[in-house]
Amino acid sequence: MSNTLTLFRSLLAAVCAALLAACGAAPVRGTGDLGLVIERASGAVLVVDTTARSVLARVEGLGDLSHASAVFSRDGRYAYVFGRDGGLTKVDLLLGRIDKRIIQSGNAIGGSISQDGRLVVAQNYEPGGIKVFDAQTLELLADIPSAYGDGTRRSKVVGLADVPGNKFAYALFDAGEIWVADVADPRAPKVTRYRNAGSQPYDGLVTPDGRHYLAGLFGEDGVALVDLWRPEQGVRRILPDYGKGQEKLPVFKMPHLRGWAVAGRHAYLPAVGRHEVLVVDTATWQETARIPVKGQPVFVMARPDGRQVWVNFAFPDNGWVQVIDTLEGRVVHTLQPGRAVLHMEFAPRGESVWISARDDHRVMVYDTANFRELAQLPAASPSGIFFTARAARIGF
Amino acid sequence: MLPSRRLAVTLLAAILAGGAAADTQPGAARQRELVRLVRQDCGSCHGLTLKGGLGPALLPGALRDKPLEALRYTILLGRPGTAMPAWKTILSEAEADWIARRLVEGFPEER
Ligand code: HEC
Repeated sequence: MSNTLTLFRSLLAAVCAALLAACGAAPVRGTGDLGLVIERASGAVLVVDTTARSVLARVEGLGDLSHASAVFSRDGRYAYVFGRDGGLTKVDLLLGRIDKRIIQSGNAIGGSISQDGRLVVAQNYEPGGIKVFDAQTLELLADIPSAYGDGTRRSKVVGLADVPGNKFAYALFDAGEIWVADVADPRAPKVTRYRNAGSQPYDGLVTPDGRHYLAGLFGEDGVALVDLWRPEQGVRRILPDYGKGQEKLPVFKMPHLRGWAVAGRHAYLPAVGRHEVLVVDTATWQETARIPVKGQPVFVMARPDGRQVWVNFAFPDNGWVQVIDTLEGRVVHTLQPGRAVLHMEFAPRGESVWISARDDHRVMVYDTANFRELAQLPAASPSGIFFTARAARIGF
Repeated sequence: MLPSRRLAVTLLAAILAGGAAADTQPGAARQRELVRLVRQDCGSCHGLTLKGGLGPALLPGALRDKPLEALRYTILLGRPGTAMPAWKTILSEAEADWIARRLVEGFPEER
């Protein structure tokens, strides 16, 4: 009897110790090879390890994650996840759990983190504008409504990107304007407005050096450009007539822009409503080539070394991914990672790429040198994939 | 250009004639595909929960007072000058009609 009791006691102690080890203290490890996969429909994110190519944790309770995106604290420990329902969730990657969560608006589209890592900014559709939060506590520090026209209407905000000097650049979809908010003193933000940027900017990007802000236009052909080093020059239009004379195809999904569009001296941009990638020389901002691809590009992402550009496509061509060789200026490989490819993310130095296939409920990992499949990870309706290397990049 | 305009006119005529569309309901398997299409692909602009995003909310409260024909017409032909694309190359008239009716009464969840 007492023997069984002793055995039971020591078993209990062992279980408790194991539980404490599992749930209590953070494992000692770095976060440079970690990332997040958004499970779009289930309000959860997977914490992934890009070295082991495995899932470390599944964190639930993040709300409506359709069109969710994430940015990272500069120490790479926390992810800030922006949900469609206006939720802003700070996820602790090491502990695999939610650290803080607030509902900051009715309808959000993404966010960014400041150069010094102290401020997290959300871009909102409803009510339109941006909100600035303390990155540590998620306390609201500033609310900048995107009021335009007679001042009573508020535009949806798109294309938010951090720029050097604790500033944020973004575009107003309904107003056709670009704004740069200086939040060096977050309690007293200063906004510079660029009116008449163009019709219906749908997304924006900052070049990796933080110098140029580009907003892609949906309502007309072309891209609006601001040189942030020469703000007095105002907004300039590039690629003004890439679709001239041709009817645009119906656009079933808006393309996305981000600093990963730049490979070496060229930017690779999706042509809206066309089966083409546009190549622009960032020294002159002139178009240098058009590369025909399989469908309407959504993400056009350069491998970190710039030698390849990977492209996925809008519905109904969203089962394909194509790879452009930047030296040859043409598509050199076509893959079928699964049904409904929504996003791609390169390992920090680009030796592998992770691709989400929403309708096959899996994430595929490929070797970018030979396109061989390296791994498959199950995930429920995966969409965005975000690695901590973003923490160190301007414009993310 | 021309054929697509002709198609638009034909569609419009068919829509104005009304009725016919509802007769040929999509089958059960296609209905499941349509639910997924609306939740996921319309959802990229209207939100997975259809509460709105780049496009407006498609919930019963927002659509109840709008004529079915107008909704069906919007889905098939899009709204030129806005981000709402024409789905006529993807959806038949009967399918657009089925979607419009489901939207107005509260769109089914994916199973
Ligand atoms: C690329 C973005 C986009 C996609 C994808 C999209 N829509 Fe829309 N939709 C819009 C926008 C923007 C409007 C508002 C147009 C306007 O300003 O009049 C709209 C309007 C509508 C309306 C009219 C609503 C009203 O209140 O009058 C309906 C109905 C609709 N969409 C249904 C759909 C359906 C069904 C799908 C999928 C088969 C779909 N949409 C996919 C952007 C989109």
